[in-house]
Amino acid sequence: MSKQIEVIADQVLRWARTAGADDAEASVHESTEFSAGVRMGTVETLTEAASRGLQLRVFVDQRMARAGTSDLRPETLEGLTQRAVERARLANADPFAGLPEETGVVPETETLKLYDPALEEWSAAEKISLAQETERIGLNLDPRVNNSGGASFHVGRSRVWLVNTRGFAAGYRSTGCSLSLHLLGQDGDQQAQVSDYWFTAARQRSELETPEEVARRTVERVRRHLGARKIETQEVPVVFEPVLAAELLSDLFGAVTGNAIYLRRSFLVDQLGKKIAAEGVTVIDDGLLPGRLGTRPFDREGVASQRTVVIENGVLRNYLCGAYSARKLKLRSTGNGTGNGETPTNFYLAAGPHAPKEIIATVKQGLYVTRLIGQGVNLVTGDYSRGAFGLWIENGELTYPVHEITISGNLRRMMEEMEMVGSDLQFRDQIAAPTVKVSSMSVAGK
Amino acid sequence: MKPAPLEFFSAQHGIDPALLQRVLAEALGRGGDFADIYVEFRQSTSLLLEESLLKGSSESVSLGAGVRVIAGEQTGYAYTNELSLPKLLEAARTAAAIATGAGRSGSVELVARSLPSRYATEQPATQAEITGKMNFLRVADQAARAADARVREVRANWSDEQRQVLIANSEGQLVGDVQPLFTFGLSVVAEENGNRQSGSKNLGLRAGLEAFSVEDAQQLAREAVAQAAVLLTAEDAPAGELPVVLAPGASGVLLHESVGHPLEADANRKKLSVFSDRLGEKIATELCTVVDDATLPGLRGSLNVDGEGTIPQEPTVLIERGVLRGYLQDRLSARLMKMSPTGNGRRMDYSCIPIPRMTNTFLAAGTADPEEIVRSVERGIYCKAFSGGQVEPAVGKFTFSVHEAYLIENGRITKPIKGATLIGSGSEILQNIVAVGHDLVLDRGAWTCGKGGQAAAVGVGTPTVKIAKMTVGGRRAS
Repeated sequence: MSKQIEVIADQVLRWARTAGADDAEASVHESTEFSAGVRMGTVETLTEAASRGLQLRVFVDQRMARAGTSDLRPETLEGLTQRAVERARLANADPFAGLPEETGVVPETETLKLYDPALEEWSAAEKISLAQETERIGLNLDPRVNNSGGASFHVGRSRVWLVNTRGFAAGYRSTGCSLSLHLLGQDGDQQAQVSDYWFTAARQRSELETPEEVARRTVERVRRHLGARKIETQEVPVVFEPVLAAELLSDLFGAVTGNAIYLRRSFLVDQLGKKIAAEGVTVIDDGLLPGRLGTRPFDREGVASQRTVVIENGVLRNYLCGAYSARKLKLRSTGNGTGNGETPTNFYLAAGPHAPKEIIATVKQGLYVTRLIGQGVNLVTGDYSRGAFGLWIENGELTYPVHEITISGNLRRMMEEMEMVGSDLQFRDQIAAPTVKVSSMSVAGK
Repeated sequence: MKPAPLEFFSAQHGIDPALLQRVLAEALGRGGDFADIYVEFRQSTSLLLEESLLKGSSESVSLGAGVRVIAGEQTGYAYTNELSLPKLLEAARTAAAIATGAGRSGSVELVARSLPSRYATEQPATQAEITGKMNFLRVADQAARAADARVREVRANWSDEQRQVLIANSEGQLVGDVQPLFTFGLSVVAEENGNRQSGSKNLGLRAGLEAFSVEDAQQLAREAVAQAAVLLTAEDAPAGELPVVLAPGASGVLLHESVGHPLEADANRKKLSVFSDRLGEKIATELCTVVDDATLPGLRGSLNVDGEGTIPQEPTVLIERGVLRGYLQDRLSARLMKMSPTGNGRRMDYSCIPIPRMTNTFLAAGTADPEEIVRSVERGIYCKAFSGGQVEPAVGKFTFSVHEAYLIENGRITKPIKGATLIGSGSEILQNIVAVGHDLVLDRGAWTCGKGGQAAAVGVGTPTVKIAKMTVGGRRAS
């Protein structure tokens, strides 16, 4: 019988102390996963497993080292811990290194709705048939949508336990499930194939979209690419649908982390209190929203989750910090620490007053973005340039699809020119946004 | 001779051929065409320097085994990170659930096969003293700051790993490999009059510590600084359709995305690629020969054996003088397509099912003089360094972010430009390759390819190449 993760974590802290660490932190997790991939009705892959792992940080005279392992046998853990302490002595002393001074009050995990026992009641056959059902419906909605990249269903369950030598000891369990579908379409043999996908993810079984819903959204997304044209290079307004606006937010996140700020690797360095975005832009990181995918009682350093207003009506109010970057910047940890940088909790652009249709209606000639590919974002300068697929907007209406284009601009200017924010915010993922309109970007085509 | 990993897993975890046979027999307990077990022990070290301080080091251990059962087109998979017999048998039974027939009787005799030796490792990096690796980061930091007073920040990192893998399958094969890999990288920020630009360089090889030196670290630091300095004077890239010349080496990532991914067998078998059912067809100009080669010694994508026991024996020719000749195969796709595995079935680690992946993929050398190629362009762009790319294999559309590029005006490389993105389709780009230089360079950069959530170390390469036209996404009308 394997040892409890609580017992393992405590033992590792004792070994770290014995080896000479001033402080140490250990985080242990145990998780199970199940995933089914189906394609053209057949089960392609079925994966099931349980795993455990441990992450350790040790501090000696303000010198830090870390270690991690999936092998939790005592002989492995003891050696790894001792070597970590020896290695810490070889690092440079860094007055900002260390565990968080205060971790705040950890919220009741029950109120956060991170765990759904209903997920365990799903039988393997039910889980497989959810994926099969989704694909089957999707392949029968439109004769032009006639090939599948597969549907998959995933369920995971995990429990983490975090302890440190300053007396922090807490854990929580969480669940997650997701259903996704990838379909392809073709309008006649001579035409180019098009492809798109859709997914739903949730902590609670009841929050997951139905197979019908996922299939319908996937088919809609695939068929709107059919018959795509190239367009001329021009400067036009660009409207991002919610999942694509969320990608912009994901880029923005990288620029507001304490780590990027103290290293001056962000176009938002030295901008606290300044107007950096349009009036309608309010961006929040909130780790306490019940049942959301980014919700958690505390971060990986044990600091309690909170709601942090990052941008308020266009004004930059806060950077998102872990203990280390907070000390460097003379700020407080916002509960985004990983011990090695920052992660978002639920990072989102707050909903605005405009219906998506109303936003599109304001555009005479412009682009509605439906897909972005590539990593052309430079956070140091804010320069932004990515490959795009979309729908052309003419006189306030979506018309034909366009492809082989890139959209470029500068994130700072795009934030300033985010002149309309939609009312359609949905928390599909840890990073979320409603429809947004940027008043002008360079669209390169022919 | 027994493979070294077999000695290791036998001594440390009691995993011997008899035990592996039992697990494989259990895996085929409900029928199934094929079963394998992949046992892995990975040790890795990483180091980070920032603000001229060695801020931390990390040691990681990853231990586990995955059991796979294939029945027709179906794959059952289970893994565990406890290598005890009961846990392994449990994983085998879980994986076996994919099959629904009668069990096979009798067990296979496992025969250990010897492997080629493609990564000479005199000084395994993972076992080496950490102080030497720390020194690489310190000298790189000093060299970068000494190279240019405008350098504000230097971030340098080192990582190395050693993977011991043992693979046994129901066809009686037993192989073990010890796979080294190291990566050195640094990125600098230079600042002048409020203009901040970054430059970065990295190097990754499947080799021992003897393949890297203090001088290499210093040289890469100076190159990263030079790149940031060039960008300080760069103008916005033009937008529109232009001829594009790719510099030799790292630009090979363009082939990786636009040609490599769409030629992976799984996508082709499922008709999810623009190149499905086109073997023997002319898909590129005659100047194009594209090869994937795991047998090259010591490169980042080099392999003695893939993640499912296939030993790459020779370079895999994907495109020969413009004609589509082959796909990147794993066992499953090869069997279903009635072709031979090419040794491209790779997996990120023991928790992952192997899938077709690239190793070292490059465009073979042509005959053109690189300077002539540039001279032939009246107005276009010259791409030297890319920060990444992505492809949609099903539709063949891809995009690349160019980090360092220059304008070509009247046959000469002139001003640096920034913020360029290239977009196009794989089939069109291959038809638009109008010149291939004789200067093939296999890049030593630390490229990591992602597919289906799995990361893989790969190599890229190309000679100087001219593409007649591509869409360049920049911010200035051209």
